[in-house]
Amino acid sequence: MIEARELTKRYGDKTVVDQLSFTVKAGEVTGFLGPNGAGKSTTMRMIIGLDSPTSGAVTVNGRAYARHTAPLHEIGSLLEARSVHPGRSARSHLMALAHTHGIARRRVDEVIELAGLTSVAGKRVGAFSLGMGQRLGIAAALLGDPAIVMLDEPVNGLDPEGVLWVRNLLRSLADEGRAVMLSSHLMSETALIADHLVIIGRGRLLADTTVEDFTREAGGGGVKVASTEAVRLRALLAGPDVTLTSSSTEELLVSGRDAREIGAIAAQHGVPLYELTPQSVSLEAAFMELTRDVVEYQSAPAGTERKAA
Amino acid sequence: MPTTALRRSRRPGLSVAPAPGTDASAGYKVTFVRVLRSEWAKFWSLRSSWITLGVAVFLLVLFGAVASYTYSPDAAAAGGPPGPGNGGDSDAVGLALTGVTFASLAVGVLGVLLSAGEYTTGMIRSTLAAVPRRLPVLFSKAAVIGPIALVLTTVGALAAFLLGSPGLDGERIALSPGDDGVLRSLAGAGVYLGLVAVFGVALGVLLRSSAGAIAVLVGVLLILPGLASLLPDSWYDTLSPYFPSNAGSAVYALHQSSDALSPGAGLAVFAGWVALALAGAAYRLVRSDA
Repeated sequence: MIEARELTKRYGDKTVVDQLSFTVKAGEVTGFLGPNGAGKSTTMRMIIGLDSPTSGAVTVNGRAYARHTAPLHEIGSLLEARSVHPGRSARSHLMALAHTHGIARRRVDEVIELAGLTSVAGKRVGAFSLGMGQRLGIAAALLGDPAIVMLDEPVNGLDPEGVLWVRNLLRSLADEGRAVMLSSHLMSETALIADHLVIIGRGRLLADTTVEDFTREAGGGGVKVASTEAVRLRALLAGPDVTLTSSSTEELLVSGRDAREIGAIAAQHGVPLYELTPQSVSLEAAFMELTRDVVEYQSAPAGTERKAA
Repeated sequence: MPTTALRRSRRPGLSVAPAPGTDASAGYKVTFVRVLRSEWAKFWSLRSSWITLGVAVFLLVLFGAVASYTYSPDAAAAGGPPGPGNGGDSDAVGLALTGVTFASLAVGVLGVLLSAGEYTTGMIRSTLAAVPRRLPVLFSKAAVIGPIALVLTTVGALAAFLLGSPGLDGERIALSPGDDGVLRSLAGAGVYLGLVAVFGVALGVLLRSSAGAIAVLVGVLLILPGLASLLPDSWYDTLSPYFPSNAGSAVYALHQSSDALSPGAGLAVFAGWVALALAGAAYRLVRSDA
């Protein structure tokens, strides 16, 4: 479990992470989302103690990361930036990390196989493609059989087969009871893997919700109705929580009533409809909508009311 | 943690957790010896380590042997080859150790590559994620590179002396390994070079850039003594024996010139400089973000 409390990181007068609080729970995949430069990588670096927070704190399984006797057994991480010496072979790199914890060579071979790197394990990492580098990073993250797996943009550079592999791997890790945290700037990709979403922008928490809730909210794009008697229909549909807008004389965009309801009302009153389409907003669009505010307004109110979700 | 129990219930066919039957993860723990083992493995798994180390020993042997074979008493009387340990007059050990200056740059670079190399490649993030207490990494690097450089360059210095000996056969200055102080001087060169390697490690962690650390290394070992001669004479005479490279050369000089430190004092002073650099490196390593 990762718990961040009021985590803040400032470089000079630039606040990169601002009072960020969230929890990554065991048995779940938590998607950590935000546009580029939102502070995702910095937050992850603070989690594993590479950067120290200006204020606030983050704990890993109840303690600061550096206080664990076997850190790689608590949390295995893949950072966005390459963290490997290009002159070393994949196996030597993993062995060097394994030695620090007394992890056996056998385990190193296991993660090499798991990551599909067996045939290139003796090659120098400098010659690796981006995708192979990602696989090596994931192998390193799994080396210590960690309770938490934290991956920064893990599918970057992977081919479709690799993306699917990561997706299944993360799912099975969570099913084993591990906590999985992965960052991404792609909502649609994350929604396929994650259970939980922590969305940040400009270092601030925008939403802490489940994928299910986020998807449901994103679906609330209204219903498009077209009718030759739009004016009459308009009067019939009006209600306290209903908003009606029209883009042309024969079209209405209804929110507050679902398609089924509208269809029933129209039938009841004999209004002919020739289109009745729920307007689903794509997750990506909903995500952009959510984060656009932060990009446009420096001090946009964080979506704290969503925390109830 | 409840997660531990959950993690045991693995799905069959998926080897994310260690192979069944090995409750290996129970023994996972970071210890200093393990970090040392890791740094040892890291050192030898890079081709650049072998090359730089080879270059250091090669330069040491080559220059030492060549200087011995090309020695002529007349030329020596006219000024003698520049180099430490010969207060106007060459001796067989001084000639054998002609290559120390070049070797010191090579082993210094070796130390820099071991530490600053991790920063320039990004490896440091993996290293510090595994050892978040950080200081064991610095001390392990020093403890790995120091003895390796010490042993191999001592062997190199001895080889240079033995290879050069036939070249000095019959000369007045010829010495045998059994002569007073010869082995001490040769081993002193190894000790000095071992410390230079540690100095390189410290500079690398302090500056986090291979180029920067190598520049400072060259500056301190080669340029500083020359630059210091601009100082007023009385200052220079008092201070110069304490400069890193001058104190270092006292460690392996066979005969002390009047203005130099004794081998023991030279060693203490040079070790002090290295300790200072290490302290600075430790401070930066612990206090600033990786």
